[in-house]
Amino acid sequence: MKPTRPTNPGAAGEPSADVRETGPPGGGAERPGAAGPGGAAGSAEHYLEVADLSVAYRTAGGEIPAVRGVSFGLEPGSKLGVAGESGCGKSTVALALLRLLPASARISGRVLLEGEDVLAMRWGRLRAVRWAGASIVFQGAMHSLNPVHRIGDQIAEPLLLHDRAGPAQARARVAELLEQVGLPAWRARSYPHELSGGQRQRAMIAMALACRPRLIIADEPTTALDVMIQAQILRLIDELVTDLGISMLMISHDLTVLADTCDRLAVMYAGRIVEEGPADDVFAAARHPYGAALSAAFPRVGDPSSRRAPRGLPGDPPDPAALPSGCAFRPRCPEVQERCAEVDPVLWPAGPRRSAACVRVLSPEQARAAGVPPAPAEEAGTGPAAEGEPRADRDPQAAARPQPQPEEM
Amino acid sequence: MSAPADAPRDTGAPAAPVLGAAGLRVAFAGRAGRGTARAVDGVDLDIGAGEIVALVGESGCGKSTLARALLGLVRPTEGRVVFRGRALGHRPRELKELRRRVQLVLQDPTGALNPRHTVYDAVAEGRRIHSGSTADEQEHVAEALARAGLRPPERFFLRYPHELSGGQRQRVAIAGALVLQPEVIVADEPVASLDASVRGEILQLLLRLRDDYGLAALVVTHDLGLAWNIADRAAVMYLGRVVETGPVEDVLSAPRHPYTRALLSVLPESGSGEPQVLAGEPPDPTRIPGGCRFHVRCPVLASGAAAAAGVAERCRGEEPGMLSGSGAAQVACHWAHAPERV
Amino acid sequence: MSRAALVWTRRRRALAGYARAFAGNRGGMAGLAVLVLIALTALSAPLFIDDAALSLTGAEGGRFQPPGPDYPLGTDAFGRSVLDLVVWGTRISLTVGFLAAFVSVALGTLIGVVAGHFGGWTGNVLMRVTDWFAVLPALVMAVALAAVMTRSTLTIIIAIGVTAWPTTARVVRAQTLAVEARPFIERARALGGGHAHVMLRHVLPNVMPVVLAQTTLLVAEAILMEATLAFLGLGDPGTISWGGIIQEARNAGAISSGIWWYMVPPGIAIAVVALSFTMCGRALEGVLNPRLRERP
Repeated sequence: MKPTRPTNPGAAGEPSADVRETGPPGGGAERPGAAGPGGAAGSAEHYLEVADLSVAYRTAGGEIPAVRGVSFGLEPGSKLGVAGESGCGKSTVALALLRLLPASARISGRVLLEGEDVLAMRWGRLRAVRWAGASIVFQGAMHSLNPVHRIGDQIAEPLLLHDRAGPAQARARVAELLEQVGLPAWRARSYPHELSGGQRQRAMIAMALACRPRLIIADEPTTALDVMIQAQILRLIDELVTDLGISMLMISHDLTVLADTCDRLAVMYAGRIVEEGPADDVFAAARHPYGAALSAAFPRVGDPSSRRAPRGLPGDPPDPAALPSGCAFRPRCPEVQERCAEVDPVLWPAGPRRSAACVRVLSPEQARAAGVPPAPAEEAGTGPAAEGEPRADRDPQAAARPQPQPEEM
Repeated sequence: MSAPADAPRDTGAPAAPVLGAAGLRVAFAGRAGRGTARAVDGVDLDIGAGEIVALVGESGCGKSTLARALLGLVRPTEGRVVFRGRALGHRPRELKELRRRVQLVLQDPTGALNPRHTVYDAVAEGRRIHSGSTADEQEHVAEALARAGLRPPERFFLRYPHELSGGQRQRVAIAGALVLQPEVIVADEPVASLDASVRGEILQLLLRLRDDYGLAALVVTHDLGLAWNIADRAAVMYLGRVVETGPVEDVLSAPRHPYTRALLSVLPESGSGEPQVLAGEPPDPTRIPGGCRFHVRCPVLASGAAAAAGVAERCRGEEPGMLSGSGAAQVACHWAHAPERV
Repeated sequence: MSRAALVWTRRRRALAGYARAFAGNRGGMAGLAVLVLIALTALSAPLFIDDAALSLTGAEGGRFQPPGPDYPLGTDAFGRSVLDLVVWGTRISLTVGFLAAFVSVALGTLIGVVAGHFGGWTGNVLMRVTDWFAVLPALVMAVALAAVMTRSTLTIIIAIGVTAWPTTARVVRAQTLAVEARPFIERARALGGGHAHVMLRHVLPNVMPVVLAQTTLLVAEAILMEATLAFLGLGDPGTISWGGIIQEARNAGAISSGIWWYMVPPGIAIAVVALSFTMCGRALEGVLNPRLRERP
C-alpha cells in the first residue's frame, strides 16, 4: 500500500512538514542561527507548530528530561513520521501536544495549533481542541476502548457532547464513520471484546475521526498487530488522511512503516530530533549515523547486502538521567570524532530540505560559522551521507562498555 | 566448548537433522463451548546440524506451539518429536536429557529471568539442574557470558536483571542456554521485544554461535526481515501447517505460495510491486476450512487464476499434502504445481 | 573480595533498602518498637520475678488488693501481683503465637504452593480441602481439638496451627499462580528443571514476601486464639497466660465485684500485642510487595 505521494521534494504544492533547528532552552550562546531549509519562519501556513518543546518528569531522583527542545511544523494535509526507540521521547511529544501527560511532567515551549498555544489553553477550550482540533489514536486499542460500552455509543459520545448532535443524527454519523473505516454499520452494537485486534483499531480510528479533526496523532497505531492487519490499517489511515485532507503525525519505532506512510520523517534520539527530511531520502540515505543505523536495522528482504548480515548498533540507548557530554549519541556512534565530545549538535542543514544534528554534515565554512571545531584533517571533505552505515562486525563486548563498574569490586 | 564435528555450512548437501517434527499435531481442548483448536495440524520440520531455520507466520498460526512441542513443553496429540534420529518419549528422564541438549530462548528477556536471581544464578541454573554444583561452575558461567558477548563476565555476575538493558538481558538469557553446551537453540521471537538498534547485535550473536560452534537454531518469528538476516532455511506456517519451505533465497526471493507472496508484498518499503493485502482476519484454528486451508483468503483463487489453471475445484476440496521436513524448496499449493499455469 | 562475600554485600544492601522502606512506615515502626519492648520484657522476666511470687501458695500479697505502691496493678484471688502475672503471661502468649503461626504458615505455604503449581486434579482436591477447613468455624475446631487432646501448651499450638492455615494457603496459591504464569517458569522447565526445582528455586522465593507478611498477621491471630482457648478453660492449667488470667478473674467473680485490675491489664496486653503484630505485618506487606508499595 504505497501511498501516492510526489517523489520530487520540490514539487509545487506538495504538502510538507518541516523541522527546524532548535537547541535546548538556555543553550543559545553557541547555537548558530542556521534554519532548516524550506522551513518557513512564519507560522501562518502551519496547522501545527511546535517550538522548543521540552518535557521533564519529576521523580524522587530529580528531574529526568524526556524531551529536550523539539521543534517542527506540520502543514495542512501533510504527514510527518517521528521515529525512535523506546525512551527517546517520541510518545512524550505526542502526549504533550494535547497536554495528556501525567502531573509529574513539566512542559515548556510552545505548541501552536492554528496559532493558538495548546500549553496555555483553558480547560474548556482544550477539551474542544482534543475533539475537533486534533485527536489521537493510541497503540493498545483494547485498553483505550471502554469494555462495558458498545462501540457505537463510544463513537457517538463526542458527537453528542461536542457537536450537540441529536441521537438520530449521531447514529447516522456513527454508521458513516464505521463504513469509512471498513466496519459494517451493525458493529455499532458490538462490545470491544467481540472485535478482533484489527477491528478494534478501526473502531479507534472511527472515534478519532468523529468530530472531523484536522490533525490526527497516531501513536504506534499498528505496533501490536500482525503484518497483514498492519498493512490493512496503514492503508486505511493513508486513504483517510488523503481523502479527508487532514494532517497526520505518526509515531512509531518502525522506520519502514513511517517511510511508507509519511511525507517527511523525523528521527529522535535521547529527547531530540537528530535527523529530519523527506521520508524516502531519510530512510534510504540518512545523514545522521543514528538515522543510518536505525534504517539499516530494518533489512529489506531480497537485498543481498543484508543477507546473513544483521546490523545493529553496539551499546544501548542512553539513560536520560545521565546523558553524555556533547553529542548524546557519541558513545554508540560508529563515526565518532574528537570534537563530538565538545559540541552539542543541533539540526544543521544537510541537503535539500533536510537537516541533521551531526557535526559531520557541516562543511568547514559552516562549521566555522557555527563555532564548531574543525573536523580531523583526513576526514575533511568527505561526504558524510554514504558512510552513515554502521559496521556490521562490531565487537560484541562493546555492548558492555557503557556499563559502570559495580562499586564493590 | 567442543563444537560438534558435523557442522557443515553451505555445503549444499542436507545435513543430518538434529531435531525435527514428524507428522506433529497439537490440539488444545476448546474453552467455553468452542471447538478443539488444532494449533499444529500436521507438520514435518527438520533442523540440520549447524543450520538456522526460520519458522515464519502470523500470530495464531501455531509456530510457538510447534517450538514448545519440540522441547517437550507441549505434548503432541499425534506424531513425534525426533532428536538425533530417536523419537522423543515423554518420560521425565528423556525430557530432561532433551532439555540439556536443546535450549529455549524466549521473546521477553525481562520476564524470562527471575527478578530475584543474579545474573550468575540465572546462567548457572541449567548446569545446577543437570550436573549439580561443581567446582568449575564459575569458569563455565564466565565462559558462557563471554560467549554471549558480556565481557568481562565477572562484572555481570552479581547484577540483577533490572539493572541491565534489554539487550544485555537477552544476552544473559542466551548465556543461560549456552552454559549447557546445547546442540540446538529454539528461539521464540528472540528480538521482538528489543529496540531496533539492539536487535542486529543479538542476531549477529546467533549467527556467530552457529559459525563458531556449529550451534543449530530454530528461530520462530513473524518478521520476514529477520529470516532474511540470519536463516538458512525458512518454513512459512499458516493455520497449523507449513505451506512453503526451502532455502531462504528461494522462499523469500521467489515465493511460490500465494500466502508467502502476500506476506512479502505487504512489507513496508518492500518495493516489490502492488501490495497484496489479504482481507479479513487471520482465521481461527478451531475452524480450519476444508480443502486447502488458505483457499478462503487466497487471492489467486479469488482472481480466477486458479480456475484458469484448472485447479479451483481442488483448492476448495482437496488438501494439498504435507511438506517433507527438509531438503529443497517445496510448496503446498495446487496452483503452484498446476502444469497449465500461465 | 570473594564471590560469597560479594553476594553478602548485595544481600545486605537489599535488606538495608527494605529496612529503610519499613522505617518510612510510622505504624509499622510503632508496632515494632512495642514488640521489641514486650519481647525484651518477656525474655528478662525470670530475672526480676521469682517463681514463689507466682505460685498459688507462695504469694505474699493480700486477696484482691487494689493497685497501690506495693502492687502497681493490684493482686489476684491468691494474693499474686497482677503485674507479675501479666508480664509472665507474655512468655506463653508470644511462644504460642509464634509457634502456632509458624505451624499454620508452613502448612498453608506447602499446600498453597503445591496446589498452585500442579493445578488440575491435585490442585482442585487440595483447594476443596482448604475450603472445607476455611468454612469450618476455627474456634469450634480448636475447642474440639484442645478438648480431645491432653491439656498442654503443645495442644494449643497444634489446635491453632491446623485451623489457621486455610487463609495462608489461599493467599499463597493465588501468588503461586501469578508467579507460574511468568516466562521464567517456562525457561526453568525448558532448562530441564523438575517440579521440585521450579517450586523451590522460583516459586518459593517469589511467594516468600507474601508468606512473611502473612506470618506476622497470623501471630496476632494466634495470640488472640490462644487467649480465647485459655479463657474457655482449655489451656494448660499449669501455666500462666493472658487468657488464663482473665478466666481466673471471671471465675473469681471479678466482673460483678468490680475488681477491674484483675481483668483489664491482661486484656489490654492482648490487644496491644495483637495490634502491634498487625501493624508490623501490614507495613511488611507494603515493603515486600512492590505492587502495594506503589499505591499512594
